[in-house]
Amino acid sequence: MSQQQLTGAEIVIRCLAEENVEFVFGYPGGAVLNIYDEIFKQDKFKHVLVRHEQAAVHAADAYSRSSQKIGVCLVTSGPGVTNAVTGIATAYMDSIPMVVISGQVPTHAIGQDAFQECDTVGITRPCVKHNFLVKDVKDLALTMKKAFYIASTGRPGPVLVDIPKDVTANKCAFDYPKEITMRSYNPSGKGHSGQIKKAVQLLLEAKRPMIYAGGGVVLNDASAQLTKLVRMLGSPCTNTLMGLGGFPASDPQFVGMLGMHGTYEANHAMQDCDVLLAVGARFDDRVIGNPGHFFRDGRKIIHIDIDPSSISKRVKVDVPIVGYVRDVLDEMIGQIQASDKKPDAAALKAWWTTIKGWQSKNCLAFKPAKADGRIKPQAVVQALWKATGGDAIITSDVGQHQMWAAQYYPFDKPRRWINSGGLGTMGVGIPYAMGAQLANPDATVACITGEGSVQMCIQELSTCKQYHIPMKIINLNNRSLGMVRQWQEFFYGNRYAESYMDALPDFVKLAEAYGHVGMKIEKAGDVEGALREALALKDRLVFMDFITDETENVFPMIPGGKGLSEMILAEEL
Amino acid sequence: MRHILSILLENEPGALARVVGLFAARAYNIDSLSVATTEDTTMSRMTIVTHGSDDIIEQITKQLNKLIEVVKVVDLTDGNHIERELMLVKVRAAGKDRDEMKRLADIFRGRILDVTDKSYTIELTGDSDKLDAFIAAIEPGTILETVRTGASGIGRGERILKI
Repeated sequence: MSQQQLTGAEIVIRCLAEENVEFVFGYPGGAVLNIYDEIFKQDKFKHVLVRHEQAAVHAADAYSRSSQKIGVCLVTSGPGVTNAVTGIATAYMDSIPMVVISGQVPTHAIGQDAFQECDTVGITRPCVKHNFLVKDVKDLALTMKKAFYIASTGRPGPVLVDIPKDVTANKCAFDYPKEITMRSYNPSGKGHSGQIKKAVQLLLEAKRPMIYAGGGVVLNDASAQLTKLVRMLGSPCTNTLMGLGGFPASDPQFVGMLGMHGTYEANHAMQDCDVLLAVGARFDDRVIGNPGHFFRDGRKIIHIDIDPSSISKRVKVDVPIVGYVRDVLDEMIGQIQASDKKPDAAALKAWWTTIKGWQSKNCLAFKPAKADGRIKPQAVVQALWKATGGDAIITSDVGQHQMWAAQYYPFDKPRRWINSGGLGTMGVGIPYAMGAQLANPDATVACITGEGSVQMCIQELSTCKQYHIPMKIINLNNRSLGMVRQWQEFFYGNRYAESYMDALPDFVKLAEAYGHVGMKIEKAGDVEGALREALALKDRLVFMDFITDETENVFPMIPGGKGLSEMILAEEL
Repeated sequence: MRHILSILLENEPGALARVVGLFAARAYNIDSLSVATTEDTTMSRMTIVTHGSDDIIEQITKQLNKLIEVVKVVDLTDGNHIERELMLVKVRAAGKDRDEMKRLADIFRGRILDVTDKSYTIELTGDSDKLDAFIAAIEPGTILETVRTGASGIGRGERILKI
């Protein structure tokens, strides 16, 4: 007897079930109606109806970031896809594994300028790891398998599958391959052991070693390996914005985040070390500033990355190692254990004395406010850390509040810090918190945001109501686009072009209108109490509008185009 | 420096767009590009002539390899190789120019494919320099039309690009 014939829409559902998908974030429309009809009939996964397709992608993205699983979203053709593009580009820049399914007009209508038609594969091509247009239902299951495989292996990334409406109606037998190989795609694994040997040699002989770890450590779940290696070597360790939590912030060997708003000690240690080990990081412009200024004669650089194109892209390295960071770190640990050489204790002692000198600058210090004074935004983040025991999942939007969150909420564990590092997308905060909360129903999830960013996806407060998402929104409201204002203050002669937000909504009433709890906090002395009160409302979304001191700036700061040792500190102004 | 890259890629719709899009997005140069299917029709072979510093060429090669549909990339300039380009030139060939044009085509081992009483259409094959030299040798005013394929390249001897 011939195998049962399924429609394309049924096949999509079966594929998602085979992949153990738990949530699909989406928004229906004409081209995906067949798929939605099948979603209605099934109970394998839950569908989360967002209020704007951009938020569907952000939520799926954060679901993935906070859970090691692959985020899935479903949008319709035309505007459904174009709305999703910001979300896809955001995930692509941060290498987040995700599968985006988009509807397309029927195959016979493609190219006819049909209603809600757009060249989805063309529009998304530069911001996906790969994309497919499925023209025949017989290719659908294999394409879905490829999408999940490509998204999650090698350097992860979003993969889009565009499915014309007639393909979702046509029928064929369903056969989902268990394993898949592709002749044109073989992400390489373990790293060259000769190269690893060279790296270990350099690290053991180093007088001033430094470890610089990025998002690759988090994505590849290599925190335990990284932590072990750093402790064996006795070296300082810094994390990038994307890598925070990859090494425990409370460890004495942690010297803080590096980069444009990194600590004085991390940035100086990057410059003055003699052997630098970069792990799953990419020396981007916000991390090392100007590559010309970053160069130091005699400093050796080892770089571990799964993506060969990340190596020697901005900075020439001496020992490139292509492989999964977890495997490479395991091998390094094994080689160090087997070696009779030990790290140079005397040299390390001298190196740490230098580092402690930098640390004594206390570069993250800020003037505390009086109890009845204006709220310091940094103090709100610190109070949140205290109130949550440092164990919340924190999402942020983009701007000053994002940097303060990164600086003043030290993370001890990976996948607790969810932000748009690469693309820097304002508006991600609320949808990120949605995805993170759904992936971690028992966790405390807080979204640190600002009154500019939060309005870019504010409509999702409605989604939060529908799905009972009890996130806490920490709105650091300084009545201006703070980071833009900061640059205008420093580099544009205090000409605050369009960085002032006039006519802000009453956020308390707004939260209440969406069925949530709203709070307005105006005095420094009220911050801790308000946070305790909000966190006690475990099953409610609380929108906390903190009216902060608008003159606060983010320090330290490296001006654009400058080098790591050209930091501006708060005290120098 | 000029480099000639040979790329083996899946013969799938959109694969060419991915390669071209990559060059555009990352501001790399394409001096010429030629592509067609191979004896295995599931695969295409592309030759791209580009130029840039060693760092840029290294990035181009890595970025090309990263494309899911690209199977292999070889920089032919790394070793001995042969490259050929085909050009069709339509030239004015009337009066005293007519014999001269025929002689010039012979010198460059060109073939006259089409003749009218006023023009010749000449086929010329060679490396890109030779085609440039031919263009330079004839009087600019006599050229009516040129069309070039861009270079195709292959390694010398046992150097083979195959899966």
